This record gives sequence, structure tokens and C-alpha cells, in this order.
Amino acid sequence: MSGTANPDDTRRGVLIEAATIGLTTGAYGVSFGALSVTSGLSVWQTMALSALMFTGASQFALVSVLAGGGSAVAAVAGSALLGLRNLFYGLRMRQILQPSPALSVPAAQLTIDESTAMALAHYDRPEPRPALAFWSTGLSVFVLWNLGSLIGALGASSIGDPERWGLDAAVPAAFLALLWPQISSRRLLGVAVVSAVIGVALTPVLSPGLPVLCAALVPFFFLRRAS
Amino acid sequence: MIWAAVLLGSAACYALKALGYVVPERVLDKPVVAQLVGMFPVALLAALLAVVTLADGMAVVVDARVAAVAAAAVALMLRAPFLVVVVVGAATAAVIRALGG
Repeated sequence: MSGTANPDDTRRGVLIEAATIGLTTGAYGVSFGALSVTSGLSVWQTMALSALMFTGASQFALVSVLAGGGSAVAAVAGSALLGLRNLFYGLRMRQILQPSPALSVPAAQLTIDESTAMALAHYDRPEPRPALAFWSTGLSVFVLWNLGSLIGALGASSIGDPERWGLDAAVPAAFLALLWPQISSRRLLGVAVVSAVIGVALTPVLSPGLPVLCAALVPFFFLRRAS
Repeated sequence: MIWAAVLLGSAACYALKALGYVVPERVLDKPVVAQLVGMFPVALLAALLAVVTLADGMAVVVDARVAAVAAAAVALMLRAPFLVVVVVGAATAAVIRALGG
């Protein structure tokens, strides 16, 4: 609940968080790069995905469809479907950041799970710094995700399985820390719990990525009559 | 063909991201829409948290990640800073795996 967590509200604290998130995400970039080239994409194609698509779930979906012999149309459709959640993030980020039209162009590209979670974790605080949190996290993840992808694509994935260092557990720990301060009411706690249950319940029946997207339906059940 | 998928997929994903920034403000100002927009990220991030904790492909598995998230929750209750929470999570999973758990 709000008030029990203690995200560091200083400028330096935000930047340290952004760098930490970039590092854990970058480790997954290595996995992505390696998977992409073993799926038959070239290093350039892999790097184009990480720089231009820049949304992990969609990238994994695209290369998995191609690796499985799927058509380009199926690959594009799969990546777009998983990219849909960034639309929901964009609606909220636009409200919070209120970027100029020119800044909206790069802001949209950097609108992903991590930057959204950081902006919201640093919003509505004694010293709110949502814009700093958003931009620093977006840029840190962009640079390190691309660097990781390049390392993985060049075949250096032997530097280690993310699991070996517990990095796969660092990711949920980081998301928990970012979600924690956002749960500021019973209603939002309800939204979070139901969404988590739905995500897990649908995991065995839907392709990876879709269970998370289905959680976008949950808020419709938590609407209140206009007060 | 791969290039076509890469470029079209990237264009589609960017268009979806950008769409959130071009929806007219008067639409977002509607009370129902405003409520939904406020709840969407919490719903998606909570589902993502649950899935990265419990999913392995399409299987649901309880492994070292669950203990890591529990340890991270304890760290958060003790008001630990972000970096400590993340390190506690990673270290918990690494120790459990090193012990063969």
C-alpha cells in the first residue's frame, strides 16, 4: 500500500533505479539476440527489431513465429497483438507526461512496461518525478536492450544464462517494487489481484503474452458510477 | 520476407504506442475513460508480475522465483530501497538454485 514503500525520490535515486532496470532488461536482450539469430534472422534484422520495434514481448513473438515456419503476416499479427498493451500505457503516460507533439514521437517509442511502471511509481509522491523516471528508464533500457541484443546476436550468449545469476527473479522483484506504491486504494488492489490471477490462469491455454493482455479487461469490472 | 516482417511489425508496434498519445483529450476526459486509463497500467503490470513469477512458457511452475518475490515483498515492507529489493530477489533465487532447490 501507499506509504509503506519507500522509492527514493531524489534525482539520483531515480537514476539508479533506471540504471538497475536497464541492466536486468539488457540481460534479457542477450537472450533475445541469441534466440533471434538461431531462429534464422541476421544480426542486422535482430538489431532492427530491438531498435525499431523495441518491445520485448512482441520481438520474442515475431522471431518465434518465423522460427516455427509461420508466415510474415502471422509474425506481424502476433507482434502487433502483443504490442497492444503499450497503447494502454501510452494513454496514461500522455496524461502524466503531457509531452509536446515533438516529444511525443520519442516518448511513444520508449513507452514500454518498464518506463511506464517507473513513471507511475514516481507519480503522486511527495516529490513527484514521473518525467525523469520515464525518460531515464526508457533510455537506459533502450541502450542496454540493444547492446544486449547485439552481444547475443554475435554469439556471445555463453556469458551466461540470466537464470544463473537469479536475473530472472530480479525482473519480478523489480516489477513488484514498482507496482507497490501504485496500489493506493482497495479498488486498485482488487484490480491488481484479479489481473494477476487471470494472467496465471490463462497461461496454460493462451500463447505467451496474451494472458497479460487479457488483464486489460479487468478494469471494466471495477468501474464506478460517476461520482 | 524476414525484412518485411521486421519492418511491418515494427511499424505496427510503433503505431500502437503512438496511438495512446494522439487520442483526443476530450475522449480521455470522459469520467469512464479516465477511470479505465488510470486502472489499465495497474492491471497489465500486475498480470505481468504474476506471469514472470510463475510462467515457464505455457506451464505454470512454482520455483525459486516465487521465493524471490516473497523475499522482495518482505524487503518492501521493511521500506528497503529499490536496488536492495531487486538484489534481495536475485540473491534469493541464486542461493536457492545453488542449494539445488
